[in-house]
Amino acid sequence: MNTVLIKVEDLTMGWDTVVLQRHANFVVERGDVFVILGGSGCGKSTMLRHLTGLEAPLDGTISVKGADPKVPLLGPPAFGVMFQSGALLGSLTVGENVGLPLSEWTNLPKDAVRAIVEAKLRLVGLKDVEDKLPSELSGGMKKRAAIARAMALESDLLFLDEPSAGLDPITAAELDDLIIALNRDLGLTLVVVTHDLESIARIGTRCIMLDRATTSIIAEGDPRVLRDTSPDVRVHGFFHRLARDVA
Amino acid sequence: MLSEPSQSTNLRRHAQALRIELSARDSGESALAVHGDLSLRQGALLWSQLREQHPAPGSTLHIDLSDVHSADGSTIALLTAFRAELHEAGVKCEFVGVTPELQEIVRLYGGGSKPSRHRRRRPQGLLDQVGHATLAILLEGQLVIAFFGQMLLGALNAVRAPRTMNWKELTPTMERAGADAVPIVGLINFLVGMVIGLQSAGQLKRFGADIFMADLVGISVVREIGPLMTAIVVCGRTGAAFAAELGSMKTNEEIDALRTMGFGPMRFLVMPRALALMLVCPLLTLLADVAGCVGGLLVGTTRLDLTSIGYFNETQRAVHMHDISAGLIKSVAFGLVIALISSQQGLAASGGAEGVGRRTTSAVVTTLFSLIVIDAIFTVFFEASGFL
Repeated sequence: MNTVLIKVEDLTMGWDTVVLQRHANFVVERGDVFVILGGSGCGKSTMLRHLTGLEAPLDGTISVKGADPKVPLLGPPAFGVMFQSGALLGSLTVGENVGLPLSEWTNLPKDAVRAIVEAKLRLVGLKDVEDKLPSELSGGMKKRAAIARAMALESDLLFLDEPSAGLDPITAAELDDLIIALNRDLGLTLVVVTHDLESIARIGTRCIMLDRATTSIIAEGDPRVLRDTSPDVRVHGFFHRLARDVA
Repeated sequence: MLSEPSQSTNLRRHAQALRIELSARDSGESALAVHGDLSLRQGALLWSQLREQHPAPGSTLHIDLSDVHSADGSTIALLTAFRAELHEAGVKCEFVGVTPELQEIVRLYGGGSKPSRHRRRRPQGLLDQVGHATLAILLEGQLVIAFFGQMLLGALNAVRAPRTMNWKELTPTMERAGADAVPIVGLINFLVGMVIGLQSAGQLKRFGADIFMADLVGISVVREIGPLMTAIVVCGRTGAAFAAELGSMKTNEEIDALRTMGFGPMRFLVMPRALALMLVCPLLTLLADVAGCVGGLLVGTTRLDLTSIGYFNETQRAVHMHDISAGLIKSVAFGLVIALISSQQGLAASGGAEGVGRRTTSAVVTTLFSLIVIDAIFTVFFEASGFL
């Protein structure tokens, strides 16, 4: 039986009077590429912010590796996060960005940090960018660098927010390949927020679909199976690019 | 930190688990056997132990990983970096005995090259610095001229077709820049009026010229201090906010979005701000004049035994309409300068949060400098033209 890394029970999330999801329940198991999908405004990114402890639930509980992500840790973080824009610190070089968690949480000397940073960047397909500033990188390169930073502390759990958003199809496909490799070859568990249909079918091993209208999870399972066999008209419409009225 | 007390026990435990043994073989070959499981926690220890190995150039070193059954990416990265360094130093170095569990991770991280040295940026020579600074100034000058050209065109278009201006922005901007600034402008000018009064009280009393404090405070506040202090407050509050706001919009591509939708930032963002400050600054200056005079009145009545009526009458006699007008004319110019420089700096921002911060600082510094220069020009002009 696979280990449960994330357990969400009866989660209600939103702000003030706006409720985005009610009573959501799901688990993420070790080795999953778990995709959170749904249309715009259904709360995908907000769900990710809850899972990473950036927002507090209105109700319910979230457990990530057995701990409440909202409770600050005394040690290094239990997971890595890649934000939609990359969110690299503009005043630091790419190498310094990736090395930042290592400098903060380990006692590695500078040359060792640099060796690891170069290896991480090479792993995500970036070469000779250590001394560049984030503003000198393209969107896809920023996202790759952000993944390298998220992996810096060797966490086995990564959260990726819209990794393919704003990228051309080839770069997006390359990023998908990277996600698959991280999962298959390094055994990482990834929680990915996206509404890129091709990406979902390629990388996802399990998914949940959030729905704005019902503020609930309307589907859960293998995204390919859902795409091909789901009887739910909303799920079918999403995977086959049908407008809500038509669907 | 991983090495902090709560973690140090683990580190020691891992330190015992990690063992590196060097064994020499014949004909210049040696083997470095690594024992134990490798994780990032042991990275520093592993790295220091690897660094203690100095095989002779031309020799061969086998890094034996047969007793390592689990490793993470970072420790494999350190091993591959060490191997690459030895290659560079002329030592033939290979991993041997890689267990099946490690084969994939070694393959992924195995292309390790020697960690490159930080490319230190060479300090620029004096001529380089002068050249770069000159180019930067010329470029900035070009941007400023282009900005004012666009502003002028925008103003002409707005006069020709007033409906095309973004009037919706005007009232909220006036409220933020004007109404919200009333307490701070009033308080600062009241205190400045008091300070001028206190500084002059002793001297005037010595000559029996107590009543002239009203003249001194009134004229200096109305002509100079009121408009200038108000402009400085508006610059710090509103100018910085304009620069930061427009800078963030620029870096978030919101300005580009406006352009693609057919309305440029001049008409939509800059002109309402400029108009708002040109209207608000004179009003705040009037408030500043009154507050400054009240500050002087307080000192005059408490330190010099002047009566309120006497002080008021003397102020009325000394301060003429053209003194007030001079201050108000200046304040209109100050408002325009604050809005234009702040907007220009904001719209020139690039490079994310840092760029916005740099431009905001630059907006405040440039505006303050410009205010003093413009104040001096106005004063000289008013004196020379006999207006004052």
